[in-house]
Amino acid sequence: MADTGAGTERSSGALDTFPKLLRRNARERPERFSLREKEFGIWQSWTWRALETEVRELACGLAELGFGRGDRLAIIGDNRPRLYAVMCAAQSLGGIPVPMYQDSVAKELGYVMEHAEARIAVAEDQEQVDKLLELRDSCPRLERIVYVDPRGLRHYDLPELESYAEVLAKGRERHRRDGAFWGTEVDRGKGSDPCIILYTSGTTGDPKGVVLLFDNVVVMAGRGAEFEGLGPDDEVLAYLPMAWVGDHIFSFAQSYIVGFCVSCPESGATVLEDLREIGPTYFFAPPRIFENLLTTVMIRMEDASRLKRSMFHYFMEVARRAGVPLLDGKPLPLRDRLLYALGEILVYGPLKNTLGFSRIRIAYTAGEAIGPDIFDFYRALGVNVKQLYGQTEAAVYVTMQPDGEIKSDTVGTPAPGVELKIGDDGEVLYRSPGVFHEYYKNPEATAQTKTPDGWVHTGDAGFIDDDGHLKIIDRAKDVGKLSDGTLFAPKYIENKLKFFPQIKEAVTFGDGRAHVAALVNIDLEAVGSWAERHNVAYASYQELAAHPQVLDIVQDCVSRVNADLASDAQLAGSQITRFITLHKELDADDGELTRTRKIRRRFVAERYRELVDALYGGQSTCRTRTEVTFEDGRTGSIEAELVIRDVAPVPALAKAS
Amino acid sequence: MAAVRETSPAEPILEVENVSLRFGGVQALSEVSFGVLKGEVRAIIGPNGAGKSSMLNVINGFYHPQDGRITFKGVTRRRMRTHEAAAQGIARTFQNIALFRGMTTLDNIMTGRNLKMKSNFLLQALYVGPARREEMEHREFAERIIDFLEIQAIRKTPVSRLPYGLQKRVELGRALAAEPDMLLLDEPMAGMNTEEKEDMCRFILDVNGEFGTTVVLIEHDMGVVMDISDRVVVLDYGRLLADGTPDEVRRNPLVIDAYLGTVRD
Repeated sequence: MADTGAGTERSSGALDTFPKLLRRNARERPERFSLREKEFGIWQSWTWRALETEVRELACGLAELGFGRGDRLAIIGDNRPRLYAVMCAAQSLGGIPVPMYQDSVAKELGYVMEHAEARIAVAEDQEQVDKLLELRDSCPRLERIVYVDPRGLRHYDLPELESYAEVLAKGRERHRRDGAFWGTEVDRGKGSDPCIILYTSGTTGDPKGVVLLFDNVVVMAGRGAEFEGLGPDDEVLAYLPMAWVGDHIFSFAQSYIVGFCVSCPESGATVLEDLREIGPTYFFAPPRIFENLLTTVMIRMEDASRLKRSMFHYFMEVARRAGVPLLDGKPLPLRDRLLYALGEILVYGPLKNTLGFSRIRIAYTAGEAIGPDIFDFYRALGVNVKQLYGQTEAAVYVTMQPDGEIKSDTVGTPAPGVELKIGDDGEVLYRSPGVFHEYYKNPEATAQTKTPDGWVHTGDAGFIDDDGHLKIIDRAKDVGKLSDGTLFAPKYIENKLKFFPQIKEAVTFGDGRAHVAALVNIDLEAVGSWAERHNVAYASYQELAAHPQVLDIVQDCVSRVNADLASDAQLAGSQITRFITLHKELDADDGELTRTRKIRRRFVAERYRELVDALYGGQSTCRTRTEVTFEDGRTGSIEAELVIRDVAPVPALAKAS
Repeated sequence: MAAVRETSPAEPILEVENVSLRFGGVQALSEVSFGVLKGEVRAIIGPNGAGKSSMLNVINGFYHPQDGRITFKGVTRRRMRTHEAAAQGIARTFQNIALFRGMTTLDNIMTGRNLKMKSNFLLQALYVGPARREEMEHREFAERIIDFLEIQAIRKTPVSRLPYGLQKRVELGRALAAEPDMLLLDEPMAGMNTEEKEDMCRFILDVNGEFGTTVVLIEHDMGVVMDISDRVVVLDYGRLLADGTPDEVRRNPLVIDAYLGTVRD
């Protein structure tokens, strides 16, 4: 296509970067809202024109600070419109934003900061600035820390600190002197430039910086939007970490591409309330959020009046029978249709409204397997929850479930433009336009993950079922064998345990061992509520977790998982024979979980070695002492005497239920 | 923390001179004198029954001392009522939380704006004319406090349902709503866990740093006191035992005696 006149984007093909898309949005829909944030109790909106002005002034200001092409800019904070603006401002100068997890402690940030060699870091508030200041000595390339919220920072008086407002003011000045600067810089950007570096939390080893190009993100986000028919009237709540690829695609990229408005919650603690107020149409949540919401609903229903409770249970029964077929457009008897319509008025509608799900057209869940009960609960209510399987390295999309082909145990068919194959060892591989450029400064890891012809190793073991849907079993490297050769898929078993509301986390062991054993975390909210209803007194998590009646509950869950496993010929041998209920919650601050709350199996095995040994020894109790890290970074330790319970295995082939 | 506190020219905001307070035969305070500088964080410490809370009650006009003078913002007074003290810019929180338990966080903070409301009761009840505009202004101010204290999530929650640490924070919010020049905090961290204490310290320092509010606080946790105060007054049996910077006070043998419970002559 002939391009007439440099500096204009006549052809649609030239809309290949986010700054260019921003310019288009500001021109074509200047008065429509781009971002929204709740401040001082009121939703404040930014139009696309206002966002363009903000980004332009910021970019000019960053240029004044010496930031330019190829430089990295670290971003740390909650989802805030200004931080999203910073992202685009850096991109418009040819710089690469590096968002970081806001709840990381300084030590964890240190690695990313050193590795990315950012020249400028933008921090939301004092808390984040303090962490960055701790890292000054190890990050010689860091020249400037820009903070958005000045509170508590007025007296710091350090030359490298600068407020967001000052940067904006400098930018305004620069733009007045040199009005063409920003436009020219935006024009210089092209699709083959790096768009963002996202550090993957990684269950093993140091995080890796995934470099995605504009061509990856713009293409994949665009296709995803087209697939789901997203438009400018959609509503999104941005509440998951900015450092996570999903947020970058759903709350940033697709907003720029189709022009919908993204709302930022008032604070981390108000997300559920904000969700209700915004009522998003396009929603993303990891399974644990759907799970927590369901637990809350169930707990509140237990406390509701008898009439409400029986109405809820009756209509949920109807919904389980009629809701899913209705959502999938399958035929249904008239009686069920009518009952469902009545239920919609009496139960489902109000419930969805309370949850903030009234307007949802598409909701994705990904990251972990979701419990079939939870999945069906939402679908029965008429919330279109679908599973998506994605990776940072793929610019999210690998497979997703098309409408009408939803199953709770698969992750769907290949997304538009994605090719899928299963390796000889059962590992899932894919190739797509979204495949990442490289791991930043790590060619060996890049070569290990990406084949020369563009196939990416996911590290997940899975297979494609008869309908062409992908089914993931476990991490390929975690799938092991018991000493008698029985297949052992730890995550598969753990997920089955975690599907019980009373169990929050579980870690199973068994590779190379004679039988399977488990460490279990109870769910304080669910078990606490049970304790309240049954007059069981407890003073702490530790005490509740060790209560004999609680152990009975956990034992029952374990037995049911065993019954479930027994029905599967391949997995019947990997039933859980012994378990311990842990005295503390597994926590990312202690390194037991990743920041995205995945279990770091090896670390946990090492840390609780005495417990694991006890599980495989004969004794019925075990004394342990555990170091813990508090939220402020200090450490302490807790001691406990833990009871080990034995569980009788269910005979194989004794079909469950 | 990397914070460097500004050393503003020392201008007294409060002078307490030879104050004595008796309840019948009990001498609660005897001839206590100290000053509070504008913009400083001033701690009052001492063992139980040392007269710390009495001192605060004298400052905000709840108790009237038999002897002595109190000068606040250059005005010397003998007898003043609590609402007069409030009108002059003194706000306080209580050792035992004194919130309106059935009201929400937001409403509790709004009550702190009471003194600032100018339109009459009838207009307010009808919510018309100037009262409406005024209400909106006050609501905006209350929202700023909610944002400042990071209590957005409990805005509409009745305070009786809140945990203790949060109730303390709401009480601080209500005191701040009066836009005080001087804030009296009676054991703001009593009964809190380490994390809540740290939050509270940060809020007190932020209030002091952002609004320049002078803070006078009573506290038992010595670590906290030494961390956040500019100067410390030590009371013992109603007498002034020591007065100085945290370091001076910490080294003072009299203070060590009183606190370690050495046998006294």
